[in-house]
Amino acid sequence: MSDQERVLKFQIFRYNPQKKGDKPRMVTYEVTEAPGMTIFIALNEIREQQDPSIQFDFVCRAGICGSCAMVVNGQPTLACRTLTSKYEDGQIKLLPLPGFELIGDLSVNTGKFMRVMSERVESWIHDKYADEVNFEKLEERMDPDVADEIYELERCVECGCCVSACATKRMRPDFLSAVGFMRLARYALDPRDKRSDEEFYEIIGDDDGVFGCMTLLGCEDYCPKDLPHQTRIAYLRRKMALVR
Amino acid sequence: MKVIYTDSLVIGGGLAGLRVAIASMQRGFDTIVLSLIPAKRSHSAAAQGGMQASLGACIKGEGDDEDIHFSDTVKGSDWGCDQDVARMFVNTSPKAIRQLAAWGVPWSRVRGGDRDVIINGEKVTITEKNEAHGLITSRDFGGTKKWRTCFTSDGTGHTMLYAMDNKAIQMGIPIHERKEAIALIHEDGVCYGAIVRDLITGELTAYVAKATTIATGGYGRLYAVTTNAVISEGIGNAIALETGIATLGNMEAVQFHPTAIVPVGILTTEGCRGDGGLLLDKDGYRFMPDYEPDKKELASRDVVSRRMTEHMRKGKGVPSRYGDHLWLDITLLGRKHIEKNLREVKEICEYFLGIDPVEEYIPVRPTQHYSMGGIRTKATGESPALKGLFSAGEAACWDMHGFNRLGGNSVAETVVAGMIVGEYVADYCSANPLNVSTSTIQQFMKQEEKKITDLLVRDFGENPFQLKAEMQKIMMDKVGIFRNGEDLEQAVEELKVLSQRAKKIALRNRISSSNPELVEAIRVPKMIKLAQCVAYGAMLRTESRGAHAREDYPERNDRDWLKRTLTTWKDDFSDLPEVTYEDLDVMKMEMPPGSRGYGVDNTVQHPDTVRREQEIQEIKKTNPGADRYELQELLNPILIPEKFKGKNERIGRGFK
Ligand SMILES: Cc1cc2nc3c(=O)[nH]c(=O)nc-3n(C[C@H](O)[C@H](O)[C@H](O)COP(=O)(O)OP(=O)(O)OC[C@H]3O[C@@H](n4cnc5c(N)ncnc54)[C@H](O)[C@@H]3O)c2cc1C
Ligand code: SF4
Ligand code: SF4
Ligand code: FES
Repeated sequence: MSDQERVLKFQIFRYNPQKKGDKPRMVTYEVTEAPGMTIFIALNEIREQQDPSIQFDFVCRAGICGSCAMVVNGQPTLACRTLTSKYEDGQIKLLPLPGFELIGDLSVNTGKFMRVMSERVESWIHDKYADEVNFEKLEERMDPDVADEIYELERCVECGCCVSACATKRMRPDFLSAVGFMRLARYALDPRDKRSDEEFYEIIGDDDGVFGCMTLLGCEDYCPKDLPHQTRIAYLRRKMALVR
Repeated sequence: MKVIYTDSLVIGGGLAGLRVAIASMQRGFDTIVLSLIPAKRSHSAAAQGGMQASLGACIKGEGDDEDIHFSDTVKGSDWGCDQDVARMFVNTSPKAIRQLAAWGVPWSRVRGGDRDVIINGEKVTITEKNEAHGLITSRDFGGTKKWRTCFTSDGTGHTMLYAMDNKAIQMGIPIHERKEAIALIHEDGVCYGAIVRDLITGELTAYVAKATTIATGGYGRLYAVTTNAVISEGIGNAIALETGIATLGNMEAVQFHPTAIVPVGILTTEGCRGDGGLLLDKDGYRFMPDYEPDKKELASRDVVSRRMTEHMRKGKGVPSRYGDHLWLDITLLGRKHIEKNLREVKEICEYFLGIDPVEEYIPVRPTQHYSMGGIRTKATGESPALKGLFSAGEAACWDMHGFNRLGGNSVAETVVAGMIVGEYVADYCSANPLNVSTSTIQQFMKQEEKKITDLLVRDFGENPFQLKAEMQKIMMDKVGIFRNGEDLEQAVEELKVLSQRAKKIALRNRISSSNPELVEAIRVPKMIKLAQCVAYGAMLRTESRGAHAREDYPERNDRDWLKRTLTTWKDDFSDLPEVTYEDLDVMKMEMPPGSRGYGVDNTVQHPDTVRREQEIQEIKKTNPGADRYELQELLNPILIPEKFKGKNERIGRGFK
C-alpha cells in the first residue's frame, strides 16, 4: 500500500433503460485513491458524493457471492475484490457484463440467467428417495476424496464471467455455457445423483451443449474461483461422445 | 392496485427463508419467496466455518450428543436464551444436516487413519476410526466441548445455500428477486402479507398471504464496520417494528467477531482458530492463554473479542493508519491445510490484503458480526403479538442464542428453524382462511405510495447517505464491544436527532424506478429506528451478559436482569421506542444459571437458582432409572412437530 495519493479516472458505462429517452454513453468520474481501495469502495464513493443514480450490484463485497462481475479494463472480473492499485496509470474503464439482460449502468440480471440454467441442467440431486431419507439414521457414507472433488466444482458463484468471456455464447444465444457445464459435471460426479449418461446427454448432447464448445477456454481464464473448466469440459465431451 | 395472492409469503431467500418455503410447499401450500437479490447471493453464502450438529463421528467429537450441545449453547448464551428452543434446536440439528446431505451438500468426510492436526500450538497426530470413514466430519470451534462443527472446506454456507436453493428450484418454488418488502399489511392484530417494491421498475405490489414469514437476516449494517453483507440492513425487523404491534427481542444483543481483517472488516472464519491458528500481539506474543488459560483462543466469541480489546488498550496492539490491530497467525497450519480447508481465507488475504497467509500474519480486529436480537417469536416461530407473522433465522429472536451465539450455531439455526417454523407456518395456513378487507390492503398501499411521492417531490432536505454514515458512526463509537452509561445516553440522544432529520430526506435523483438513492431514502429512516432500539435497550440494561458488556456494570445480574428485552414502536410520533421485559423462568430451566467458566464469576444470583438446582436433584433422585431422554422430558418437556421427534443415531452408540 503506497501512501501517495493519486486521482483515479473512472470511465463508466451509463444507461438506464427504465428512463425514457436515456441513451448509452460513457461518463468519466474522478476519485482520490485511498490505500487498499477496491472498485467497490470507489463506486460507492461516486454514488454517495457525485452521482446518486449510478447502478451496480454488490452484496458480500468479499468475493464470495458472485454479484458484482463487470468488465474492468476489458476483462470480466469480480469488482469487489479488485484493488484500484492494480492499474498503474489510474485509468479504469467499467462496462456491464455482456451476455446478460441489462438492468441499468453496471447492473445486469445474472440471477434470471442462472435460474434458467439451473432449471435446464436440473441442478439438483436426482434420487427419488432423497425426500424419504430417514434422517434419524447415520447418513450415507461418501468417500472423503469424492466429497472434496465435488466441492471443487461447487465453488462456482454464478458470477457469469465465464459466460461473458465465451465466443460461442456470443454466436449461439442458447448455448448452455461453461457455468452450465460445470454444474452438470458437478452432478455427474456425485454418487448421490442417480442420472445416467444418457440422461445427461439429453441435456448437453448437442451444439447448444458441450458439442458447441470450441474449447478456447475464455471461461477458465476468467473464472474467479479457478474452476477446472478445461479438464471438466474435456471429460464431459468424451463421456457424451461415447453415448452418441 | 396490483395484488398477488398466496398462502405462504416468505420474505427472504437465505437459508432460513428457503427452508420455510420448502416446508410450506411440501405441505401443499402456494408459496412465494421474495428477495432483494438472487437467492443464492444471500448472505448465508458467506458463512465459511461450519454448522454445529452433534454427530460425534470424528474422533474428537466422540461422545458428543444433544445434551452437550445444549449445555454449550445455553452457557454460550450466558443463560439468556430460551431453553425450550435451544432444546428443540439441538435435538433437530443432526436431522437437518443429514437431510442436507441427502439434498446434495458435499460435507467434508472422516478419513479413517492417522492425521496431523494443530492443537494448542502443537502438532498432534490423531487417529480417526475406520468405522467412521466416510461419515460427516467436524472441526473445533469456540465455546464448544467437542469438535462439533461440520463443514465443507471453508465454504459451508455457500454449499448449504446452493443445495437449499436448488431444492427450491426443483420444487418449482417461485422466487421473486429484486423485490423489497417495505411495509407489512395487517388488520385487527393479524398480518396478511406485505407491500413490496420492485427494485427495477419501482412498481408497488401488495403480496397478500395467510402467513407471512420474515427471514431477512441480521442488522449488521447499523455499524460502520461489520462482516455482514451490504444488504444486511435489518429492513425486515424494521417493518415488523413499524406495525406498532409486533415486538422485537433483545435488540441490544450484538455480537463482535474476533477476527475480521483490517480495515475492511471481511471475516476470516473461526475455523482458523478452530484448526489451530493463534492470536499474537505487536511483540509476536501469544496473549490469550494469559487471559483464558483454559479455552485460550477458543473461548466464546464475546470473550475473545473483549480480551483482544483489553489487550490493545494496554498498548499491545499493532499500530496502523487504520488504528490498532492484532495478528492472526495460521502459518503454523501449513500450506496443504490452508489451501484445502481455509481456501476462502487464503483468497481473501491475497485479494484484499495482498498477503499469503501461509507465510504472513493476518491483521485482525474484533468487528460487528451477528445480531442475536430480532423479531420476538414463540417456539413456533410466530410473533406472540401479531398473529400470522412468523420469523426465522438471524432476523428472528426465536431465542436460542440469548446474549451470545456460538460459532456454527447460526447456519444450523437457519435450517432447523426453517424446518420447525415451516411446519407451524403450514399448520397456520391450513387452519386460517384469508380474511382481509380490500380497503385495508388499499390503505397500506396508499400510505407507502404517499411516502415515496413525498420523497420524490421534496426540493430541499437531508442526504440519506449522509444520515446513514452518521448513524453508523454513532453505533460504532458508542454502542460497541464495551459500553457505558454515558456513551449510551449520548448515542440515544444523537439518534433521536437523526431520526427527526430522517423525516426530511430529499433526493437529487428524482425518479421512481430503479434508483439507489430512493432505496436508501426508504431504508435509512427504518435503520435509524432500529439503531434506536439497540442503543436504548443497551442503555437500560444495567448489567453485563454475553456480548452486552457494560464497563459500569461488569457483573451478570440474574437477580434483576434474567429477562428478555421487548421493544415496540406504538406511536409513530414518539421519539423513542417502548421497552418492556419478559422474565426467564428459572424454575422451568433444564440448566439453571451457572458460571460460564471465563474470568472471575461475579454473577449476582437469582433467588430461584438454588431452588431449581435442588428440584432437579430431587427429580433425578426420584427417577434413578431414567435415561437421558426421559430425564430431558422430565426437566424440559418440549413441543416439537411429530416428524422431528425421533432419536438420532451415532456411530458406535446407536440411538443411546
Ligand atoms: C462473514 C460471515 C460468516 C459467517 N459464518 C458462519 C459460520 O461459519 N457458521 C454459522 O453458523 N454462522 C455463520 N455466520 C452467520 C450466518 O451466516 C447467518 O446468520 C445466516 O446465514 C443468516 O441466514 P438467514 O437466512 O437468516 O439470512 P440471510 O442469508 O442474510 O438472507 C436474508 C434474505 O432476506 C432478503 N431480504 C432482506 N431484506 C429484505 C426485504 N426487505 N424484502 C425482501 N427480501 C429481503 C435478502 O435478499 C436475503 O435473501 C456468518 C456470518 C457472516 C457475516
Ligand atoms: S471453452 Fe470456450 S466455447 Fe467452451 S464454454 Fe469455455 S469459453 Fe465457451
Ligand atoms: S464457473 Fe467460474 S466464472 Fe463461471 S459463473 Fe461459476 S464462478 Fe463464475
Ligand atoms: S459483492 Fe459478492 S462477489 Fe463481489
